[in-house]
Amino acid sequence: MKRAGDSLLLIFGIIAAWQVFYWLAGDIALTSPADTAAHLWNLLGTARFWGHAAETARAFGFAVVISLAGGVALGVLLGLNRTSGIVSEPILIALYSLPKVTLYPLVLLCFGLGMSAKVAFGAMHGLIPVTIFTMKAILQIKPVLWRTAHAMRLSAHQTALTIALPAVLPEVIAGARLGFSLTLLGVLIGEMFASQRGLGFMIVSAMGLGDIATIMAVAVFLSVFAIAANALLLWLDRAIPR
Amino acid sequence: MKAPDGADVHARLTGVTRVFDLASGAKLHALGPIDLDIKRGEFFGVVGPSGCGKSTLLDILAGLSPPTAGSVLFEGKPIEGVPDGVGVVFQEDASFSWLNVYDNVAFGLRRAGMDAAETARRVEYAIGFMGLRDFAMAYPAQLSGGMRQRVCIARTLVLQPRLILLDEPFGALDQQTRLLMGEELLRLWRETGATVMLITHALDEAAMLSDRVGVMSARPGQFIDFIETEWPRERDSRIVSDPRFGVITSRLWDKLRVESLKTMGGAAPGAKS
Amino acid sequence: MSSRIFSREILSREGWIRLAVVVTFTAAFEALCRFGVIPRTVVLPPSDMAASLWHILRTGEYNKDILSTLGNVAASAVISVTLGFALGVLIHALPRLRTTIEPLLASYYAVPTFMFYPVFIVVFGVGSRAIIAIAVLLSVVAMIASTLAGLDRIPRVLRKTAAIYRMSTARRAVLIDFPAAAPHLFTGIKLAFAYAFIGVIASEFILSGQGVGYAIAYAYNNFDNRNMYGLMLLVILLATAANTALDTIDRRMQSRTRRE
Repeated sequence: MKRAGDSLLLIFGIIAAWQVFYWLAGDIALTSPADTAAHLWNLLGTARFWGHAAETARAFGFAVVISLAGGVALGVLLGLNRTSGIVSEPILIALYSLPKVTLYPLVLLCFGLGMSAKVAFGAMHGLIPVTIFTMKAILQIKPVLWRTAHAMRLSAHQTALTIALPAVLPEVIAGARLGFSLTLLGVLIGEMFASQRGLGFMIVSAMGLGDIATIMAVAVFLSVFAIAANALLLWLDRAIPR
Repeated sequence: MKAPDGADVHARLTGVTRVFDLASGAKLHALGPIDLDIKRGEFFGVVGPSGCGKSTLLDILAGLSPPTAGSVLFEGKPIEGVPDGVGVVFQEDASFSWLNVYDNVAFGLRRAGMDAAETARRVEYAIGFMGLRDFAMAYPAQLSGGMRQRVCIARTLVLQPRLILLDEPFGALDQQTRLLMGEELLRLWRETGATVMLITHALDEAAMLSDRVGVMSARPGQFIDFIETEWPRERDSRIVSDPRFGVITSRLWDKLRVESLKTMGGAAPGAKS
Repeated sequence: MSSRIFSREILSREGWIRLAVVVTFTAAFEALCRFGVIPRTVVLPPSDMAASLWHILRTGEYNKDILSTLGNVAASAVISVTLGFALGVLIHALPRLRTTIEPLLASYYAVPTFMFYPVFIVVFGVGSRAIIAIAVLLSVVAMIASTLAGLDRIPRVLRKTAAIYRMSTARRAVLIDFPAAAPHLFTGIKLAFAYAFIGVIASEFILSGQGVGYAIAYAYNNFDNRNMYGLMLLVILLATAANTALDTIDRRMQSRTRRE
């Protein structure tokens, strides 16, 4: 009960701070919380908004599947062998810290302008943390579990499915949460840079028109979506017995 | 197979040695040569100083790793990999944290494709036998160390192994829990009629539980003595009050003390290494 | 175990394998490009990229952009580290505030904060200030979280020891709290730097008049593959070098304080 009260306090605090910034900065910089809400409400009624949202959702959907499935598979592969795990870790971390935006022109040259480029942007961002988390989790599986599987004469396939995967599930979900957010970020940045459709494009074109209200409305929409999804994944995380 | 004294031999190790290749290129002679006959149905204890290769011995006997030299026969046949009919309880907690107690115990049977009715029967029996009935739906994280080891033992028990190998299973537990768990182990041994080999660093535990205790030397581990306890089959932890218990324990320590000092650097008593 | 870190080897066994992997990949990539399997209109062979980068550095035609980017990164990193540390200390000292703010910090990185970049452009106009603003926004929370973690992990027994020595709060903070929390603080610095770098480059890409990110986008739009790939290589090298350096320092620090 206290936690719900605290969350409400936090939301109230954010809206209050927002209102204060609005009073300080004026109409050219921000729209007030009330105006933003109203504008968002209007947007949600337009087909144009939902057209863009659907575009982003499609790209995001594909990208997230690739990030998660690809990341887990790659992480398992690299993590099963101790040497490959130690060798890969710094390389993966270096890739993680790289501003992947830099590689966007390369992606565009490979895939052209369109959906596949956007999916590539998103997957690029999300694949690496999922791989890193999965790989480290596999490396850290207690050796006694491997020996137990061996003593029970389980096949490699059975060991992977019934022991390795359940043992690493908590870490994989933590990685998936991060991968989820980064994939969304990747798709949005891709749309902001090189697309004529999608919510990212909507934000950038609104900026060109000085339409601050739309920028904020879309940003709020995306924030709510991201936080809700993150909360769902967190709940999933807690639901697993450990 | 028959031993020289006519008893039925369950497992036989002949000339078994294990040499490890170190990263630096040197070789570590960890174990052997070992010649050992484990009689069917006996409770065989193994004691030895740290690092003498006790766990390596268990690994080889269980088929978890091959010997560098020598042969291992189980029920008359040479072993390749982990043979059918062998159960292992490890030193560390090997319970699966993501399954409750029931599913943990049922794990091996389900993987082996046993039908649901038989699985349920065996699991319920094992859970009852190990005193876990009230905790069947709990998760390992909610249980104490001793309970978790019971889960691991139950999980091994359901597979009805003919040879049960235990590597210091009670090492992480307090003395009182250890004594009670020892009694459970004896009960298990009697009811299943299995052959048991228990590795332990606790002399009193070996002396109390075993029919026969093997004493290993410092690395490379070899058996330097075998002591028959001649305890009655129906025994429990109160055997410690038998006068012969003291005799056996002191004989074990006599042999073991010398070997342990070697492991610690051969210093005179009281000196620090 | 720890002797390995101070050993005289240049690279560990895994380090050599890693080097071999990177070299093999690069060589394979080079071969695929040279043999026309990958068309030159899409990607240049690594050797050409390197040549282009060398040319860029020698002629100095992009020096203004490079300095602009480095300046923005440095400014953003410094601001987010100091601000993040200060906020972290403050939040740690006020438990009620902390429990209220905690969910915000936990879900902060779930939100694609970068989408607020256009807001900053409207407020500050196109230029360094907007870029630094978004980069700080991106990296400050990592520093706050690391500061909180570091302060949390100071063992209580050290605080008790300080009390036995009758140290004032200020002395304790400098002599005990700070060194004890240092590893986590450094992790925060590493993260803050990495995010600042990413934030700056991404901003320059989307909309800017200056900087390496802008230069790459400009080259792309003008079909100038040569300069584009040279600059891309520059970013990759800079990012990798900086992060490796910070990581090595972090490792050295950790190995000395942790009993391995």
